[in-house]
Amino acid sequence: MISLKEIENLAALSRIALPPEEKEALRKDMDAILGYVEQVQKVSGNGSAEKKAGLLRNVMREDANPHESGIHTEALLSAAPKREGNYIRVKKIL
Amino acid sequence: MIDLKTLTIKKAHEALIKGDFSAVELAETYLEEIAKKNKELNAYLEVYDDVLEQAAEADKKLQNFPTSKPARTDQSPLGEGGLSNLVGIPLAVKDNILIKGRRAGSASKILENYIASYDATVIAKLKEAGAVFLGRTNMDEFAMGSSTENSAYGATKNPHDPSRVPGGSSGGSATAVASDMALAALGSDTGGSIRQPASFCGVVGLKPTYGAVSRYGLMAMASSLDQIGPIAKTVEDAAIIFNCVKVRDSMDSTSTEVKIQKSKVKSLVVGVPRAFTESQGVDKEVLANFNQSLATLKKLGHQIQDISLPTVGYALAAYYIIMPAEASANLARFDGVKYGFHKAGENLLEDYRLSRGAGFGREVRRRIILGTHVLSSGYYDAYYNKAVNAREVITADFARVFETVDVVATPTTPTPAFKLGDKSSDPLAMYLGDIFTVSANIASLPAISVPSGFAAVAGRQLPLGLQFMAPAGGEATLFAIGRAFGGQ
Repeated sequence: MISLKEIENLAALSRIALPPEEKEALRKDMDAILGYVEQVQKVSGNGSAEKKAGLLRNVMREDANPHESGIHTEALLSAAPKREGNYIRVKKIL
Repeated sequence: MIDLKTLTIKKAHEALIKGDFSAVELAETYLEEIAKKNKELNAYLEVYDDVLEQAAEADKKLQNFPTSKPARTDQSPLGEGGLSNLVGIPLAVKDNILIKGRRAGSASKILENYIASYDATVIAKLKEAGAVFLGRTNMDEFAMGSSTENSAYGATKNPHDPSRVPGGSSGGSATAVASDMALAALGSDTGGSIRQPASFCGVVGLKPTYGAVSRYGLMAMASSLDQIGPIAKTVEDAAIIFNCVKVRDSMDSTSTEVKIQKSKVKSLVVGVPRAFTESQGVDKEVLANFNQSLATLKKLGHQIQDISLPTVGYALAAYYIIMPAEASANLARFDGVKYGFHKAGENLLEDYRLSRGAGFGREVRRRIILGTHVLSSGYYDAYYNKAVNAREVITADFARVFETVDVVATPTTPTPAFKLGDKSSDPLAMYLGDIFTVSANIASLPAISVPSGFAAVAGRQLPLGLQFMAPAGGEATLFAIGRAFGGQ
């Protein structure tokens, strides 16, 4: 059984502010969902012992043919909620 | 008057070539239909204000074309002399596919006011073909749902019974096609999001082989499962769109040169995993309709063979671990900083928490937190690793079955369309409805849903769908059997 404390930790890790009234409902939903999905543990076979990405693997492409510098800047920056010139504005971190 | 009810892409193309009507007239007819129906059905989040200009461009292409010979449906992307059979064809596009300069929001508040900065590859291909985009369609937020109720902009209604859901997550696209508000549409399918709404709305939906269609410009939910595909009125129309958009794309490293196998048209071997299709939770009417469909296939000269897929029942459990795991990583980019909705807190961390807490809807928050849990240290081995293992075993199970059968058939969904609100408070009940569709995503296979008749429920005729799955690259086989089954 998953605890309320665990739900709060997961929400913190997920960077999601959960409305307090939703936590218990979410805990119950998670219990039901996890109770269902844990049946995958019954599937035998190899491959689960080591950590791996499965049969589907990412493929890198050559870092070639760069576009002209700056041509996408305005389109990308205009999507940001807060900007200052050609920068995205965020709050101080340190 | 253009008769939209019986119109298909193929017929519209022939009429446009002959000059029976223009692309502008066709677009106007669809806009009138949208004006009449969209208020009630809520299929479109936005109807573009330049539809007639786009259609006028298509008319120019049509006028410049020297002969009046229609393009062949199997020729892609362009037919003879460079004219596509999609020129001037009015399409609807799911709200998670980017069109440069237009709003795109995955029906989420967190992408309020977001304008796409580039074209998805599928859009670039359709633009090149001269298709006309009518608007963007409603969906479950970030494609997370099976009913289109999880939209920040209200639910879409099923055109066959507006008190019921159209399915999801591509419910807006399916409703638009089923109610003649678009001739065809694009959707995306991660665990059934094209096929299930197509089934609920009585239209055709194709989930292509993983990698056959580029995901560049599709907002990612679960990258190893997502595919873009068509929703259309006929199998042939779905094939026309698929042939136009499929491409190996250097912008999507998971897109591959999928070799589309030539199909045997006569006598296919149709595998039926009886233990699975007759499992708990499948409606009697659905099962009766499925058995009727198998009888039809037999009459058409196909061979029905009982098969065993012992691990396929675990696909749904594996899916609801892998999908949220990938989604929790993919949706980390929505932080209130780079784009969309922003809610200010006392510091940057609070900005993230508040923006994501208020910007994401309930189901999205649930899946991100679930994904974070199954990936967290201590649970990773018990959930994620086991799901990845199950995925490999299920994929091998299918490979073994496809040594003896050409396609596998199941009902598309265990029930017909359910009432709005019926499952919205019970996420697990909603998830269980994906039982027949998820395995194609888990095993990277192509699958199609074709209309198979109706179930009579409370005085209404609700559409049902028949699903065929084929080995990777088996789209042509799906089209062949789908067309034969539908009498096309």
